[in-house]
Amino acid sequence: MSILINQNTRLMTQGITGKTGQFHTKMGKEYANGKNCYVAGVTPKKGGQSFEGIPIFETVKEAKERTGATVSVIYVPPPFAAAAIDEAVDAGLDLVICITEGIPVRDMILTRYKMQGAKTLLVGPNCPGVITPDEIKIGIMPGHIHKRGPVGVVSRSGTLTYEAVGQLMEVGLGQSTCVGIGGDPVNGLKHLDVLKMFNDDPQTEAVVMVGEIGGTNEEEAARWVKANMKKPVVGFIAGVTAPPGKRMGHAGAIISGGKGTAAEKLTVMEECGIKVTRNPAEMGKLLKSVLK
Amino acid sequence: MKIHEYQAKEILRKYGVATPRGTPCFSVDEAVSAAKRLGGKVWVVKAQIHAGGRGKGGGVKLARSLDEVKSHAGSILGMQLKTHQTGPDGQKVRRLLIEEGADIRKELYLGMVVDRGTQRVVLMASSEGGMDIEEVAAKTPEKIHKVAVDPVKGLADTDAEDVARKIGVPAKGIPQARDLLKALYQAFNETDASLAEINPLIVTGDERVLALDAKMNFDDNALFRHPEIVAMRDLDEEDPAEIEASKYDLSYISLDGNIGCLVNGAGLAMSTMDIIKLYGGSPANFLDVGGGASTEKVTEAFKIMLKNPNLKAILVNIFGGIMKCDVIAEGVVTAARQVSLKVPLVVRLEGTNVDLGKKILAESGLPIISGANMADAAQKVVAAAKGK
Repeated sequence: MSILINQNTRLMTQGITGKTGQFHTKMGKEYANGKNCYVAGVTPKKGGQSFEGIPIFETVKEAKERTGATVSVIYVPPPFAAAAIDEAVDAGLDLVICITEGIPVRDMILTRYKMQGAKTLLVGPNCPGVITPDEIKIGIMPGHIHKRGPVGVVSRSGTLTYEAVGQLMEVGLGQSTCVGIGGDPVNGLKHLDVLKMFNDDPQTEAVVMVGEIGGTNEEEAARWVKANMKKPVVGFIAGVTAPPGKRMGHAGAIISGGKGTAAEKLTVMEECGIKVTRNPAEMGKLLKSVLK
Repeated sequence: MKIHEYQAKEILRKYGVATPRGTPCFSVDEAVSAAKRLGGKVWVVKAQIHAGGRGKGGGVKLARSLDEVKSHAGSILGMQLKTHQTGPDGQKVRRLLIEEGADIRKELYLGMVVDRGTQRVVLMASSEGGMDIEEVAAKTPEKIHKVAVDPVKGLADTDAEDVARKIGVPAKGIPQARDLLKALYQAFNETDASLAEINPLIVTGDERVLALDAKMNFDDNALFRHPEIVAMRDLDEEDPAEIEASKYDLSYISLDGNIGCLVNGAGLAMSTMDIIKLYGGSPANFLDVGGGASTEKVTEAFKIMLKNPNLKAILVNIFGGIMKCDVIAEGVVTAARQVSLKVPLVVRLEGTNVDLGKKILAESGLPIISGANMADAAQKVVAAAKGK
């Protein structure tokens, strides 16, 4: 088992004819069962063409109907990316993973508003994607650093997630699924949503939760963990040294109005029974220590 | 992106938010003639810098004659204005706003931000104007009223009126306050603002509401569709290193330590700063070179870090994913040669093509200190910065 995606997932790439979309579709197709998973591409006005043997369609709806794909990954440029999410939601896909960085917040507010009541789940935007090691890779993460195993990883960051995975591998631990929820302030799945899924996933025995400054997502997730989580969770929060009022690269990584500090998040997480480390080099060791 | 008070007021006025009449000025002569044109007997001379807390720092003064306008303008223009948001050196005042005096009966607070929880724009209003709203939130949270605005319908009349009443706008002023609140939301929405603040919003003697101060920040991701706002950017208010970095699409923030950091990815870059601190060092900057750093980008990043006179050592921390370690290693070697690096350089590489990357560094003949992992690299750079 795993969460969100597995070897039976059938997906389409929205923005498959762009440089980024092409590169990562090719990498995804070459990873594990990728050649069976990547079944369609969508680019308006390019319908009828193909890329690496993958047929390209005009619309998400058409791609879904013709290939049975129920998941999409988005590499559409920022000014058009929110509309691409809307299209996937309207077509009734199960899951949309939006990699695009730099989408205006107002666009995402409207997109999330329209998604209310829809069955589609959104991961991202501004995220590395999702990988279920040795089965399927959707996104921009390097596949080869991962291995199938018992640890779930959920994070707001890209390379910091790779760092966590790298440390897990050093202590001999593979991953069930790694989910990058993205660094934007208005996004889809939160730490909390992903933790719920890991809690219900038989393969996952423990979870690494990587957060960063800004917002209160991590605190909300921690409170849920205290009340409901059956598996150990370890955590790290990036940005202890970040000055207030400055946007630390990610649009969502900002301490505003004295809220969203790393110290505050770490305190709440500890109070809720999450083992935290203040040393980003010790995420792997810490996880190993809580695994039965 | 941030703008000045007078620019925020220009935007808000276009949407129908009432403000005092005023004129931006760049010299004492301009300030005096602006006051003459405005007429009246009382003027306010306001320093225009991007930081808040200007009044307490001596950057806002009341003038009761044209002579006073002249002397206040003379003392404020060119001063290093220090506030709780400027840092210890303060910010040089290069622009003034000369405004007509206002008849203040009551000071209220209005703010608007994007709320992550509700994923909507939230209006915050309080009867406690003129104060630090964070303090009000901490001490008397019941005095802050919030409305999450429906992104399709906009701010409803009833919600606007309700909030206006709750913060103490007198009955006669309610319709005007309602329209002002709706105009504020419209301005926020249409300009892709990330923050708008009117503190204080005043109630005048004749029971009207007026934006006495105004602050607006904008979503950097949406600036591509607002050339009129980009045109308001004041580079004098920004850190030269951050401006230089933005030219090369590098995400850079100056800090007050002495260890330069060059990292790929925002989360890893923050963590790198954190671990430096953890081992007793102090980061000089946040620097995310992004996912596709070229030799040129890495070279520019080194140049920007090296302009910092406090710099004692540099840590390069790369987890190669799409970015291959050999490419970054080539970049580091080229950059180190080009800038004839004088401070110790610690490099930690991991991920795609790591062995090839390490080989390039080792064979470069440069005195590069290799970090086995993040902790090892951090400890080594902290020691190097201390001259050990």
